[in-house]
Amino acid sequence: MCHQTVSLVARRLEAAGIATVVIGSARDIVEEAGVARFVFVDFPLGNPCGKPGDRSMQRSIVSLALDVVASSIAPRTTVQAPQRWGSDDWREAFMAVGDHNRDALRAAGERRRAHQAADATRQ
Amino acid sequence: MIRSGATTVSSVSARADRQLEHRSHVSYIDKSREYYQAQGYEQAYRWAAFDEVPFVRPETPLGECNVAVVTTSFLHHHDSAFGAPATDKVVYHHPVADTPDRMFTDDLSWDKQATHTDDTESFLPLATLQALADDGVIGSLNDRFFGVPTQYSQRRTGLDADQVAEWCEEDGVDIALLVPL
Repeated sequence: MCHQTVSLVARRLEAAGIATVVIGSARDIVEEAGVARFVFVDFPLGNPCGKPGDRSMQRSIVSLALDVVASSIAPRTTVQAPQRWGSDDWREAFMAVGDHNRDALRAAGERRRAHQAADATRQ
Repeated sequence: MIRSGATTVSSVSARADRQLEHRSHVSYIDKSREYYQAQGYEQAYRWAAFDEVPFVRPETPLGECNVAVVTTSFLHHHDSAFGAPATDKVVYHHPVADTPDRMFTDDLSWDKQATHTDDTESFLPLATLQALADDGVIGSLNDRFFGVPTQYSQRRTGLDADQVAEWCEEDGVDIALLVPL
């Protein structure tokens, strides 16, 4: 949801004449919304500007984003940053749905709906 | 060697470590739909999608641009030992000179198994931009940064976007760098 939020803000700013660039890791959400410029960092969600503590990587990624602002000639410019996270386990693990958690997810959804129904009754 | 601005590509080698058989980047639209369906929510969320995309070319050279950051993280409540946002999560601005060591991100859906957000520069690159300003790559880092709450309601986000646009215009922002968690 964060990626949709900043994409909508980027579109509004660009319409106001302010050049924008989004640095993010959820490529599909940003590209569906449609922004002027996007630097895609193929990392798990949370550190789009570079790995924690890696000042050199952070400077490279932010510099790339500024280069993209200075050089882009058309909207929907996506540039993929070359940095790698180092492992790929997170791709499948994040928000995974499988036999190991299907019952727990169903139960969590039911608890949440019951909670929301109780809130609605109180109001 | 190909050189383009600050970016250098010094070697070209194939990805021998990953022989791809399907698209490599994660689709969060697919993942979240399947996840919430498993929780019993049959109606899939309708993500924002536009054909037309506004686009302006900056008229000012990068070395003279005033750059602002927009984040989806929030300030910590000063009194909270457990972590809570400082406000009831409304759109805000905050001076870059008074950036806390940590930002409140606990309620956002970043990958809490794979990484952490203890280093704010990994998602709110204020020191990085200040260093680039000191080195003359950009003109300046804007005196304040901006935060927007993540909302399911695209209409509400639109109102927050209006507010951020107004603040950016007040500050003479040339470039906005937007970083979602």
